[in-house]
Amino acid sequence: MTLPLIELRQVTKLFVSEMDLAAKIAKGIGLSAPREVVHAVDQVDLEVRQGEIVGLVGESGCGKSTLGRIVAGLLQPTKGSIFFDGREISGLKRRESKETALKIQMIFQDPFSSLNPRMRIGDIIGEAPLIHGIVERSEINEYTDRLMLQCGLDPNSKGLYPHQFSGGQRQRIAIARALAVKPEFLVCDEVVSALDVSIQAQVLNLFITLRRELGLTSIFISHNLAVVENVSDKVAIMYLGRIVEQAETEELFDHPLHPYTQALLKEVPSLEKRHMNFLPINGEVPSPIDPPSGCHFHPRCPRLISRCRIERPALHEIMPNHFVACHNPLEEE
Amino acid sequence: MDGPVPTLLVEDLKTYFFTRAGIVKAVDGLNFAIYPGKILGLVGESGSGKSVTAFSIIGLVDPPGRVVGGRILFKGRNISDFSKEQIRRMRGGAISMIFQDSITALNPVLRIDTQLIESIRAHRKINNIDARKKAIEALTHVGIPSPEVRLKSYPHQFSGGMRQRAAIAIAMLNEPSLIIADEPTTALDVTIQAQILFEMQKLCREKMTSLIWITHDLTVVAGLADDICVMYAGRSVEYGSVADVLDRPLHPYTVGLIGSVPSRIRRGRPLYQIPGMTPCLLNLPAGCAFRERCDRADAICRRSPGISVPIPGRYVRCHHPFLE
Repeated sequence: MTLPLIELRQVTKLFVSEMDLAAKIAKGIGLSAPREVVHAVDQVDLEVRQGEIVGLVGESGCGKSTLGRIVAGLLQPTKGSIFFDGREISGLKRRESKETALKIQMIFQDPFSSLNPRMRIGDIIGEAPLIHGIVERSEINEYTDRLMLQCGLDPNSKGLYPHQFSGGQRQRIAIARALAVKPEFLVCDEVVSALDVSIQAQVLNLFITLRRELGLTSIFISHNLAVVENVSDKVAIMYLGRIVEQAETEELFDHPLHPYTQALLKEVPSLEKRHMNFLPINGEVPSPIDPPSGCHFHPRCPRLISRCRIERPALHEIMPNHFVACHNPLEEE
Repeated sequence: MDGPVPTLLVEDLKTYFFTRAGIVKAVDGLNFAIYPGKILGLVGESGSGKSVTAFSIIGLVDPPGRVVGGRILFKGRNISDFSKEQIRRMRGGAISMIFQDSITALNPVLRIDTQLIESIRAHRKINNIDARKKAIEALTHVGIPSPEVRLKSYPHQFSGGMRQRAAIAIAMLNEPSLIIADEPTTALDVTIQAQILFEMQKLCREKMTSLIWITHDLTVVAGLADDICVMYAGRSVEYGSVADVLDRPLHPYTVGLIGSVPSRIRRGRPLYQIPGMTPCLLNLPAGCAFRERCDRADAICRRSPGISVPIPGRYVRCHHPFLE
């Protein structure tokens, strides 16, 4: 069994609100001033094997973007560890982490704010490999050309600025920029969500081609289940900071075992479902500041049993390679 | 279709923007009809003209743009000729609109109750107490919990999904005959979207409200709408029932669009990519705007295709449609 390329063990990220003046005064005179704590990511275990694309799905506030940023090194976890190629990288000193930082790259949702509007795209793509000595100055033009072609961009447009490109093209520039430093792992955060459907298809196809050609490993974050299904080998569903279900893509979509997953899948429209009877999940998504006790999903769960209010369900392997965090999961047909 | 009068009939609508850079033909030939209680999906990508269509119907096209051609018949009356005052009275009353971005639709410095009550009282004689009751009812209908408390909030205190629901509540308040919704759920989660679609479906069924749902998301249209009109570069290129258009598409663009949508049936296979890019509206190719991206195009396509009607209630604008 080879080691997974990325391994997350009990990764937790808490965001604590700043104390305002009233709270500081209260603290000063000995009164308790509870601060708001957001459990953005709550004891997450996740493994990504070499060459795998793991889809991370969930709705707003589920913590998927935060988790993505932690993996990419943009945020430090509050607790827990991250292993890259067997070495622990969480909490590394700056000098050591720079090498790892190059190996893990991130692509963001908004193709308009993630590119420096004052740089020509040739420089946007070529800046990092030059600085890090990956490519010699004499070769940088050819290197950039090759990358651009690979990402479906015209090398002759090297001298243009981001605003001269469409959203889909800018996303390709962002991909080329990420690939320029020869990463081993990509974190893609909602990279096609801001794009029109036909452009989305182009970028997704590019992504799959690159994966095949470069053997890239990746976490693909999205709230769009259809897109995730198309692109991922394995899918993890998140709810309020926790992973509630995880399995290989086909298995998860064909046999969801967690009530949240099942409800989510029922609500996703598709071209084939006509005259849908929309039956929303009961209740609202609770605030991550004050999540429900026990299983976070229990107030909205049709399969609620008394244990669910008290005890947090652990993520365990209910079927081979199919993990669920639920006290009363659905039956496997 | 004879019998009931369509709630809205749009005939060859043209809305142009006269800019210094040239004339932008944002809408350049659009036809559709929608009946009471029915839902029409107006589908197109960025630059297709779908939002400008909505603004044209509701009289919100500002200079340098204006409606330059065609007719808009609301319950049989030509509203493209209406005076500003006549349109203003209609807007929010008989016809209301839900905008894409709820932040811009709601006034940030007014409380939610003020905005709802204001809208109610603008269209009928009613006292504050009764208006407030109606407002609470409206918020309940869109699934906002504890509406009496929430009424006192400001828009920024609501989440994105709740704001959108509040905007929908405002649109539904005066029991309009027609609601135009412009991408209202695009930025929202699947479960919030389901909630909103549930409410809208209920409204149409119970009050026989007509709904035009503008989106680039074909899957929502598939689940929600009765009919669909596909737009490309300002023109309607295909129109028909959802079943007809999605199962037996006629226009190459529609075929391409359907192929681009990730679907369970074609899981694992690469998605179809329509080659090329949407043309710039300032610089449309002569003739069929889609011809440079179409593998069925030939010399005839340099002439604008007219509308062909293979069966009643169905049309396509193409020289080489996929006809059997």
